[in-house]
Amino acid sequence: MNDLAAAVEIPLTEVEENPKIKVSDLHFYYAGFHALKGISMDIPEKKVTAIIGPSGCGKSTLLRVFNRIYSIYPKLEARGQIILDGENVLDPAYSLNRLRSKVGMVFQKPVPFPMTIFENVAYGIRHHEKLSRADMEVRVEKALRDAALWDEVKDKLKQNALGLSGGQQQRLCIARAIALRPEVLLLDEPTSALDPIATSRIEQLVEELKSQFTIVIVTHNMQQAARCSDRTAFMYMGELIEFDGTEKIFTKPSKKQTEDYITGRFG
Amino acid sequence: MSTQGIYLRRRIVNVTALLLGGCATVLGLLFLVWILWVTISNGIGALHLSLFTKITAYADEGGLSNAIVGSLIMDLMALLICAPIGVMAGTYLAEYGRNSKLGALIRFLNDILLSAPSIVMGLFVYVIIVLPISNMTHGHISFSGFAGSVALALIGLPVIVRTTDEMLQLVPGTLREAALSLGVPQWKLTVQVLVRAAASGIITGVLLALARLAGETAPLLFTAFGNNFMTVHPLDKMASLPVAIYQYTNDPSPALHSIAWAGALLITLFVLALSLLTRLLFSRKKVSYE
Amino acid sequence: MQTPPAEQTKARNVDERSVADARHDRFFHGVLKFSALLVLATLLGAALSTLWGGREVLFGQGLHFLTSNAWNPVEDDYGAVAPVFGTLVTSLIALVLAVPVSFGIALFITEIAPAWMRGPVSAAIELLAGIPSIIFGMWGLFVFVPFMSRIEPALSATLGKLPLVGKLFQGPPLGLGLLTAGIVLAVMILPFISSVMREVFQTVPTRLKESSYALGSSTWEVVWDIVLPYTRSAVIGGIFLGLGRALGETMAVTFVLGNSYNITSSLLMPGTSISSSIANEFNEAVGTHRSALIALGFVLFLVTFVVLLIARLMLRQLVKREGK
Repeated sequence: MNDLAAAVEIPLTEVEENPKIKVSDLHFYYAGFHALKGISMDIPEKKVTAIIGPSGCGKSTLLRVFNRIYSIYPKLEARGQIILDGENVLDPAYSLNRLRSKVGMVFQKPVPFPMTIFENVAYGIRHHEKLSRADMEVRVEKALRDAALWDEVKDKLKQNALGLSGGQQQRLCIARAIALRPEVLLLDEPTSALDPIATSRIEQLVEELKSQFTIVIVTHNMQQAARCSDRTAFMYMGELIEFDGTEKIFTKPSKKQTEDYITGRFG
Repeated sequence: MSTQGIYLRRRIVNVTALLLGGCATVLGLLFLVWILWVTISNGIGALHLSLFTKITAYADEGGLSNAIVGSLIMDLMALLICAPIGVMAGTYLAEYGRNSKLGALIRFLNDILLSAPSIVMGLFVYVIIVLPISNMTHGHISFSGFAGSVALALIGLPVIVRTTDEMLQLVPGTLREAALSLGVPQWKLTVQVLVRAAASGIITGVLLALARLAGETAPLLFTAFGNNFMTVHPLDKMASLPVAIYQYTNDPSPALHSIAWAGALLITLFVLALSLLTRLLFSRKKVSYE
Repeated sequence: MQTPPAEQTKARNVDERSVADARHDRFFHGVLKFSALLVLATLLGAALSTLWGGREVLFGQGLHFLTSNAWNPVEDDYGAVAPVFGTLVTSLIALVLAVPVSFGIALFITEIAPAWMRGPVSAAIELLAGIPSIIFGMWGLFVFVPFMSRIEPALSATLGKLPLVGKLFQGPPLGLGLLTAGIVLAVMILPFISSVMREVFQTVPTRLKESSYALGSSTWEVVWDIVLPYTRSAVIGGIFLGLGRALGETMAVTFVLGNSYNITSSLLMPGTSISSSIANEFNEAVGTHRSALIALGFVLFLVTFVVLLIARLMLRQLVKREGK
């Protein structure tokens, strides 16, 4: 245990960034199962942080605590602190609307709403802001452009979003999330249901978006983490084993378990 | 017994069983064809324009117009009552009652209500609506189209509750998470995203309920009663196609029997067309979220 | 860290909206819950209202109502035995006939029929379930009763000669009666039972069936030794579901029962049932007579409720196992 605690405190190689999110001693339980065991980490602002680890290690769970999406299910409980801009988002007094307008999320499988492409993006905005028709069009176009989807859909904004390809649907989901102008973007294995070409478009997009957003991406694909993240966290059995610059993790990991995982000896 | 003997016996048992299975199916289909054939052949002969233009008061001249209008009014009113309540109750079961004891209990009892005797629903409405209204108005208003609609609504309700519940449960959970992660509250998520995603399934449920209640006779006997004249007032006694058929079938006059067959054909066509429509709707729905 | 004023107002607005959202959500939850409770209220209401409507007979005459086979509107003397007898006998006949046929149909659709035939055949059988019960009643009265009156002499001459069961088939060939009503009911409930059986047969894991086939079992042996034991409780549930339907059915039996309060040993004799007594007499009945009919409704509701309760409990066991 001491060993693991020490791992977390390893000085980061690049220390100049501001931490956007400070996680400290985070525990998570479902129906008695201890799924996250004392996670502490600082997530840097406007960088891409990747979380990797074998399935069941808690990486998706961790992501789902960041925007408290877990709270829609019964019997789940998070303890500890997640400080976003100086406030603990796990405090029940921290309103969900505020949290979710600051922290956007994109899921494993693309899930467009059963509406037109335009409405898919406008839907979330409408809940948070009252905009004129013209302003709304500007916002939707900006979001679709940022999600690198505009050129493909600009002529069919009135069509049902279910008609798009899987990759386009996922970019639509990204557009929908960034249309709310969040500060943090959570990506939960966003390319696991996509083909290689669509995957590389999304990875490119992540690269482009990090100038505007703090991005946390969970992935089971180590190459993806290596390609598009600045920092990488390795998790195993609910614990954070190592968190460091991506290059360091993939070239000179300081923990044996990290090395074993990265070299494919398990997971 | 020799091995050969055992094999032979087993084969004989197998072939006999399979043959009997085939015979049972033929028997079932035979009854279907028989009943449909009798309805169509007797009904078509009696299908005249006067069915739609004359009222039942001119018995032998063959009218059912007031019964058709009454059925349409009561079926529609019944849907207006049970569709919103049923969709809301089904939504409760799917969205709030998935893991709760209350949800499980209501889902279980709704399944029982689904096959509860329809005549008891008629008695129920008689006791809670017809009698009190009659007592209050000193008998001026007793049986009514409104009471009939309520009784029919009770028949349709569990059908809609069940299909709505099932259809919403089919909507992937990720859709809920996606909407909630945008900060959208539960009620907006439910009304604007989930119900829309399950819309065709929910409409299927409403149509199934219509098909079910449109053919019901027993619950109408002592709620809407029947009326030989045309009325559209919901507090009047109201005629309906099934009750008119019931009365004509009980009558000794062969002329009335053939009008009853015509009515029977109309109802059967309506109900079978509805069930065809629901099948079409439902097969389309299956492709949307793969 | 200083937050700019604009940010502060934005945060406050967001928090206010959260409070409003929570209020709307509570309201929404309340309305939905109320609707769901109406389902409970319907069941409870049906039981209590018929209990209330029949109180004069149920409480006034006590056990007499449940044990007497009198039904005399002139002297206001009512007993439920004859209608209950008719209801039980017709439903039992329906089960005895419908269960094997339904099983045969389910067997045919799941194991025998070529793939292209399965969809159309099960759709056709389900069509039978969609036909309104009044149509069954008309067909029963105008077509099936004459048909039965031609068959019944032959039944009396053959089955009627048998020892023990012979009595059941002796009597005048009226065409009307308990046997005819039972057969009409059997046709009505057949699609319900067979569709439950078909559905549960399809839940049997393929590997289970394949491993039995691999041992050289015939189709029949797989069904009898593997499929039926695996699905036993759900199959019984389906049968009870059919029984529940048969007990409560009104229109299909009213025309063909003959409306007589006799309790006879012959199935060829006319009888009555709870639902057909109510349907036939309710609108002419007043006072105690009406109360007696509503009390019959209460008895019917109670009996079907128990039968359907058993049916759903049996069916649920399979759902649970599937959920594993």
